[in-house]
Amino acid sequence: MANDLKELKIELSKNGIFTTTLEELYNWGRKNSVWPLTFGLACCAIEMIATTMARYDLARFGAEVFRPSPRQADLIIVSGTVTKKMAPQVVRLYNQMPEPKYVIAMGACAISGGPFRDGYNVLKGIDRYIPVDVHIPGCPPRPEALIHAFMTLQKKIDEQALTGAARPRHLQADLPSEFPVPEFGEHGLEPPQNNAVFHEAEGNPLKVIQ
Amino acid sequence: MALPSPEDLKAQIEAGVPGASVTVIQNGSPSAQHSLLLDAEHARAVAELLRDHDGWRLDYCSLVTGVDWPDTETSEKVKVKKMVKAADGTESEEEVEEVRKTKVAGYLEAVYHLFSMEKKHGPVVLRLRTADRGASVHLPSLTPVWRGAEFQEREAFDLYGIIFDGHPDLRRILMWEGFKDYPMRKDYVPPADEIPVVEVHR
Repeated sequence: MANDLKELKIELSKNGIFTTTLEELYNWGRKNSVWPLTFGLACCAIEMIATTMARYDLARFGAEVFRPSPRQADLIIVSGTVTKKMAPQVVRLYNQMPEPKYVIAMGACAISGGPFRDGYNVLKGIDRYIPVDVHIPGCPPRPEALIHAFMTLQKKIDEQALTGAARPRHLQADLPSEFPVPEFGEHGLEPPQNNAVFHEAEGNPLKVIQ
Repeated sequence: MALPSPEDLKAQIEAGVPGASVTVIQNGSPSAQHSLLLDAEHARAVAELLRDHDGWRLDYCSLVTGVDWPDTETSEKVKVKKMVKAADGTESEEEVEEVRKTKVAGYLEAVYHLFSMEKKHGPVVLRLRTADRGASVHLPSLTPVWRGAEFQEREAFDLYGIIFDGHPDLRRILMWEGFKDYPMRKDYVPPADEIPVVEVHR
């Protein structure tokens, strides 16, 4: 059905008739005006800033407006090491963003703790508490990598169906848009992860096999 | 006027502060930065002497840090004479090798590096040791002598659990209030879900 429609559209456009769907138009608008939150945590933030400047020019993708308030942002780029002391604030900022909202985990630290994984003070990946849409490896990732992640996110937004069971979270009233903020416990953060969000990948190279 | 050698410094301190006992700890490395181990009871008076002495004027405390020396166990083989029963029931004295283990209790250490801005010399390295790593981890605070030691003593308290008596504001500085562990101690164990697990093939 979808393919038939696509072919019909192409056929019509060949004859000078332009057609579109509401879904396409809506997603086209959304993907080209993703406004990130002005938010940096560590050295990855420097690369993120470089990405926005003239040489790499993130503005080409409609994302030049870094909003200073989470209330106006669509995207949070977790750029850098998330310490345990900072983690509640990151989750709280994410909670304060209006739906639809997206997360890019930028760099080794934001993904897994990276080189500081063994540290007592570092969160082992922000995906323990909030749902991450795109992970970028690298230490730090180059601006090209961030742009690639951004284009991946745009593709993801573009492909979101607005109806049906697979529609995005912000169109499903019963799904949460806020996530529990971890608290400072006696030995670490409580809870250590949000199990509704955090899924250990299969074939995790860090799993014990005895 | 240059600083006296650690041995001379020790002698002059012991003369200047009645009752103080100073031990010179040699540093065998090429830097040869020998340090002075002070007794906790007189540390405050010694520190004031080092700061105010006309020849030394150690007015700048550049660094305070903690060191954890865990309990150690040394084992040595000792030959012991013992009565040994042979298969036919007769007893005879024989020399038997035995492993003797000695436990050395650990302690926590605070290290201070002192310089003189006025005389342009230094460093003088001071060490203070606690009695053990458990109940008596108290040391006198040197913050009243060098104001700049305040945050670094708080850090040593936060990460090693050394309690500095006389510190004006001894709170955790890096970890949050309510955190119970001392993460820089050698026997610190992170929460179970955070211990990095590696693939083990057997």
